[in-house]
Formats: sequence, C-alpha cells, structure tokens
Amino acid sequence: MELTREEESALKGEQGEIMQMAYRILVATGEATDAEKLVPIEWAHLSGVNYNTIGDAGEEFLSGISKNARVKVKTTLNPMGFDIDNVSNYGLNENFISKQLSIRNSYETMGVIPSFSCIPYEIYDIPKNGTQVAFAESNAAIHANSFDHLKTNKESAFSALASAIIGKSPYSSLRKEDNPNITIRMKVKNPNELTYGMLGFFAGKIGDTSINISGLGEMDKRQTKAMCGGMGTSGTCAKFIFGEGDSDCEKIDFDEKEMQNVHDELNTAEKGDLITLGSPQLGLDEISDLAGKLKGRSFQKRCMVFLPRTVKEQARKIGYTNELERAGCEILSDCCTCLSPLISKDNVDAVTTNSIKGAFYLKNSNGVDVNLKSLSQIVEDETR
Amino acid sequence: MKKVLVSGKVEGIVLKSENSINFLGTVDKKTGIISDKNHDLFEKSVKDIILVFPSGVGSSVGAYTIYSIKSNNTAPLAMICQKADLTVATGCALANIPLITISDEEFSSIKNGMKLSFDTDSSNQIHYQ
Repeated sequence: MELTREEESALKGEQGEIMQMAYRILVATGEATDAEKLVPIEWAHLSGVNYNTIGDAGEEFLSGISKNARVKVKTTLNPMGFDIDNVSNYGLNENFISKQLSIRNSYETMGVIPSFSCIPYEIYDIPKNGTQVAFAESNAAIHANSFDHLKTNKESAFSALASAIIGKSPYSSLRKEDNPNITIRMKVKNPNELTYGMLGFFAGKIGDTSINISGLGEMDKRQTKAMCGGMGTSGTCAKFIFGEGDSDCEKIDFDEKEMQNVHDELNTAEKGDLITLGSPQLGLDEISDLAGKLKGRSFQKRCMVFLPRTVKEQARKIGYTNELERAGCEILSDCCTCLSPLISKDNVDAVTTNSIKGAFYLKNSNGVDVNLKSLSQIVEDETR
Repeated sequence: MKKVLVSGKVEGIVLKSENSINFLGTVDKKTGIISDKNHDLFEKSVKDIILVFPSGVGSSVGAYTIYSIKSNNTAPLAMICQKADLTVATGCALANIPLITISDEEFSSIKNGMKLSFDTDSSNQIHYQ
C-alpha cells in the first residue's frame, strides 16, 4: 500500500503512539484487502462495545487509549450488554456493570456518539450516494453497501476504530466497482423475514467479498435487515448486488432444500422458554407493526424486545411502548439479542426467535438451544 | 508466502484446521480453547502453536478475542492463512502476532504437527523441519 509522507511518518511513530497503532492496524487491513491507498471517510461505526465480547482485555485497552485518542469524524457505536434503565431486573453482577460503564466512558471520552445501536443506517440520515464510511457491525456494513448506496469495507472492531481516529480507511475491494462471479437465485416462494435471514446465511457461506442475487421481490425493512444480519453471521461477504450478473456467472439456487439445510443447522429446539425479538435491533416501523399485531393479545411467556434508545423514546411518545408492555414485552434499549449477557443457559434451555443472526450467537456464545419461527408465527403460537 | 500482514520471526509446531474460524464465539478468550462442536479443532487449544487455517469469518468483534488470548498468554505464536480477512489481520496487528498468507498448494502441503519457522524480515520462505 502506498502511503503519503505524512502517513509514513505517523506509521514510524512520529505523531505519537496512538497514531502509530492506528496506522499499523490500517496497513494490515490494507494488505488484507488489496488496498493501494487510504481514502477519507465521513462516518465510522464501531463494534467492540459489549463487555461480554471484549472482556477485560478490551476494557483495559479502551481505557488506556481513551486518555489520548480522539475520533476525527462522526463516530457511532454498537450495542452494549444491558439497558441501564432496567439492568437491576436481570441479576447481572456488579463487576459486569462497572466494566461496561467504563467501556461506555472510554468511548465517550474519545468523542464517540453513545448510540449503542447495530442499525445506524436506520436511525441516522444517510449521506449522499457513494459516500465513504467505515462500518464494523457486519449487518450494518452489508446494509450500507447493498441498500444505502454507501461504500464501506466489512471493517473489524479495530480497523473501524483506527479509521475513526485517523479519519481515513483503506481503499479496499469493497469500495470499488465489483463484478462477482457467483449469482444466488432466490427460488423460495412466499418468503418471510426468516426465509430472507436463511437466504443471507446461505449467501454468506458462498460469497467472497460481494455476491449477485436475483429473484427477490419487494422487501420490507424487517426482511432486508434479516438478510443482511444472516449474511454477516456466516462469512466475509459484505455486499449484495441485485440482478443476474454476467452470463458466465455460476448460478446457485436457494430452494426449499437449501433452506431446510440452513434451518436444520440453526434450529435445535421445538419450542423456547422465552422469546427474543431484535437482532438486528428493531426500528420504529417494526415496533409500530409489532404493536399492531399485539392488539388485544398477550404473550404467554417472557418476550424480550431490543431496540435503540432513540427508537424507544420515539415509541414511548407515540404510545407503542405502553402497548408492548401491556402485552408482556420487556423493552430493552442500548443492547441486543446478539451476545446478550442477559440470557444465560443457567436459567434458559431454549430461546424462540425470528433472527438467524440471533440464533447463531445464542447457540454458539450463550450455549442455549434455538427455536426458529417467523414473527407472525411467534405471535400466533405464543400470544392469546 | 504470498503476503506479510504482520511481520515477525517465529518457530513452532503446526496446529492445522481445514475449517474457517469465527474467533468470536468459537475461541474461548481466556483459555484459547475451541468451543464450537462443529469445528474440526473442537476442544483443542491454540496456545503457543502456529495456527494454520483457511481464513477468519464472522463478527468483527473477533479481533478483540485475538487481543484477549494474547493478553491471557493463550495465543498462537503465529497465524498462517490461505486468505487474509480483516478480523484476523487487525487482531494480529494489535496483538503483534505475526500473520502471513500462503498459496493453496503450500496450504495443502502443511500438515498437523509439523515444525516450521519463518522470519519475514530476512526472507519470504517458510522453512520446514
């Protein structure tokens, strides 16, 4: 990768340790992604916020660098481990809470906006087409590249942080025009969000950096988010290109049989002890739709609903939160199903969810079984 | 070797996987032991070996897992991949774990338990013993 004289000097440590570390990370990133230079970015979105995932090493690292590091561009960040408004209901230990608050404090000290959301594309205005950004959260990077006309690498927690500090990011393959040689053909009829999540999971296993996809009908937000979340979970691919692709593209069908394979891999229980909705977090449209579906009905078991704080505040003003709480939902902002410390195999055997991303991490990280169902099926089966 | 992502000098025993690794959720960040039942390295430790695998996959937060295992002294001595991915590259950059990529032929010739060494500053060859 070609560096300017100023960038070289920073890499040698002439602009301090923080800049040297940030440049070392971006050089490794650039080499990994065949970038020939660094380009300015307008927005960074960071992962690596939840104490459950970054642990003591992450907490200490962030605390250390926050003394000197400051972000140079608009920087937002992923969910943390809990919602401070109701954390006392979940029996988290004091150590977890204090370490999580230290992480929060470190990011705020560095100038990061405490958004605690994995759907930045839904709660902030989208910059003009073609704007370079650096998003670490995998579903957000895929959504930005595929649906929002932005350009981002599928950043890691570190490359997004280094990009935020430097205000630049490697000019990697995902930022350029791409011409993938595989096309996934969607053949499943009457898809719901769970189908799209499985389609994304399937595509992520096959795609490299980007993938063509054809046969999609009109999709609502819930379905686009599910597809992006599914793909981010299973591979490195970070962009859907809509259409058949070139005639010499290898065509792979996503049919009932392939869908069943994904379902069998991730669905490990016939029913759940509790329900989680939101991985990615729910936006206002989905909350409005859920409130409508729950009119006159109540959940017969616990149902955790995850959403960004800004959405929770909007939903409260409109009256949706009252409606959801009446129906028995536990409403949690600033955190997410994915890698939640609030769900433990000590008191939960299996969770029902409509999220493929949620299912993967509930199974592999929380160690609980998962029962996959679409939202409409969940409402039908689990409410009265 | 094809590319040097994080430079360094290393000598050690190979632990090889044919499967990609999702560091977040698959590798225990304290012990460095693989906890995914579906992975071919299930219950193996990545500590103090040269970890050879196709590439990293999954959540970007996996970079912190690499930093964590380094802080807990349970990290590999080096990593060798067929394909470089961002999570592994940046995790290794920060943790200062040497990381190189190799051709598909060289990847298939490396066997579990082999002893090998490389020094990215002096040559781009891997030495087998």
